[in-house]
Amino acid sequence: MRKFEKLTSAVVPLNIENIDTDQIIPARFLKATTREGFGENLFRDWRYNGDQTLKADFVMNNPDYSGRILVAGKNFGCGSSREHAAWAIQDAGFDVVISSFFADIFKGNALNNGLLPIQVTDAFLAEIFSTVEKDHAAQLEVDLENQTVTIVATGAQEGFEINAYKKSCLINGYDDIDFILNQKHLIEEFEQTK
Amino acid sequence: MSKTLVEKIWDAHVVKSEAGFPDILYIDTHLIHEVTSPQAFDGLRKRGLPVFRPQQTVATADHNVPTLNQLQPIKEELSRFQVDMLTKNCAEFGIELYGLGHPFQGIVHVIGPELGITLPGKTMVCGDSHTSTHGAFGAIAFGIGTSQVEQVFATQCLLQQKPKTMKIEVNGELGTGVSAKDIILYIIAKISAAGGTGYFIEYAGSTIEALSMEARMTICNMSIEMGARGGLIAPDQITYDYIKGREFAPAGEEWDKSLAYWKTLYSDADAKFDSVLTFDAADISPMITYGTNPGMGMGIAAHIPATGDQAVSEQASFQKALDYMGIEEDTELVGKAIDYVFIGSCTNSRIEDLREVAEFVKGRQKAENVIAWIVPGSKQVEQQAIAEGLDKIFEAAGFQLREPGCSACLGMNEDKIPAGKYCVSTSNRNFEGRQGPDSRTFLASPLTAAAAAITGKVTDVRTLLNEPVHA
Repeated sequence: MRKFEKLTSAVVPLNIENIDTDQIIPARFLKATTREGFGENLFRDWRYNGDQTLKADFVMNNPDYSGRILVAGKNFGCGSSREHAAWAIQDAGFDVVISSFFADIFKGNALNNGLLPIQVTDAFLAEIFSTVEKDHAAQLEVDLENQTVTIVATGAQEGFEINAYKKSCLINGYDDIDFILNQKHLIEEFEQTK
Repeated sequence: MSKTLVEKIWDAHVVKSEAGFPDILYIDTHLIHEVTSPQAFDGLRKRGLPVFRPQQTVATADHNVPTLNQLQPIKEELSRFQVDMLTKNCAEFGIELYGLGHPFQGIVHVIGPELGITLPGKTMVCGDSHTSTHGAFGAIAFGIGTSQVEQVFATQCLLQQKPKTMKIEVNGELGTGVSAKDIILYIIAKISAAGGTGYFIEYAGSTIEALSMEARMTICNMSIEMGARGGLIAPDQITYDYIKGREFAPAGEEWDKSLAYWKTLYSDADAKFDSVLTFDAADISPMITYGTNPGMGMGIAAHIPATGDQAVSEQASFQKALDYMGIEEDTELVGKAIDYVFIGSCTNSRIEDLREVAEFVKGRQKAENVIAWIVPGSKQVEQQAIAEGLDKIFEAAGFQLREPGCSACLGMNEDKIPAGKYCVSTSNRNFEGRQGPDSRTFLASPLTAAAAAITGKVTDVRTLLNEPVHA
């Protein structure tokens, strides 16, 4: 897994609540058997018309917005367990997703792939959206070590929670399998007791 | 110390618990299918690892499979490739596969219970969010991502934070035309599509206790639609009776030993839940969703809520959903013309669902403008339906009984609802485009779906239940 470092970037704002995994990557694009290439179908039905032309009013098709941080409304990633959703977001060039609430499975999948989900308060989320609405190139600074997000222009800052173990995985580029494999003897002992 | 049911099962499966780290949780049974497993098998190859406990892993092909002519090669190239890949991977890693043509093939959450693989007290996972279904037996069962599928392949364990617990009690008798699906759609409408996030839910109360196993599965299945990864029900005599004699269920001495353990699986009287909610069955009517998440549901006779009545921050998303669905705030849904009816999915494709639909449509005829699909949850359900003559009843009523799979629940195969069309569906998600690009889904019970097929419109089934039928 890729190591996560401090990030300063402009953002792509998606001010919609309850964005489910079928919007992030529709089921009909889950047929690949590798992890790569899902980015081109990220938010497929919001990005493209039925005839494959771009939908002009969708934020990802607006050249004013770019960056490695996706900012979305609350309950982001609800629905299916498809890890393809995290892969698609990452493959499209994002390292961080910010929302005021995440669905459980999505959050776990993101962390398992080095995509950092940051939960902020509703008020801070609203502040990010309004800042970006005024200045489309406004930047955020994400500091994983100190667990803070800062709106660079105003200096407004909020801390975020992350499980200490998961944080060290992200910073060091470990994954869960490395961790458990080191304790396989415990698993075999446990099986003997069943 | 008194414990909840979740805590009892969880604690019995903790391999290691260390402050500052998630628990290492042992997984008894791992179910896999063709869509979320290939990258996990690839990961094993890259690490040079075998599947640690292949005998505790069961595979089937369900998400991609056609529901007509299943024994012919799959026409759609990518689907065929994915299903073939599962076959190759299972052969290479020594995993039992109930693939197309096998008498045990079917939707993963239908076959586990019907084969006696799903048992009380187990921990079960699958790369599918509706794994919560198996909780109906008093098991800890939840959906996982593909990295975790790989983790379970490699270690038979998961690193997992112990969830918070919620108890949802439903008490009293259900009204006419109201079923398990209506109960769960009602609960989700009450607590929202995110109201259960972070929790495992235990369903209890007299209404739940009176339900059959299949109805309990419908309830637990949709736990994830309020954000809860798992939902479960304490096992009782109804559970034991369902399990006994099934293909892989314990038998003989093993049965007695299992039963003695299962009887310890309940939440202690003074166990503490992090949250407790109570509902009255008398308040539940046949339900239908009007929006684009399962929390946007209402009693079928109600008016669609007004956008202005939503919290200010939610109004834009709410109105976006109504616009997508092509419906107006503060109007009735009853009478709205529909195009498709889909009876199937891991929520409602079991034999009791098919029997209920058959009983209702017998002697009736579907509306001309409606295409009505019935997709059984498994080969065994399909064969049982045929043995009982339900296929003849469906045919006479103009419904098409197809072959088992996930089908139009998520439209990965050819079974898609066309753009702009309305489908009354017994599945679990009404997300934008879920059943096909720009399709519009109304979630409902099998009975409500069947009623819509007959009239060609969204219909309060209670108005038809007393009508004479020309058999």
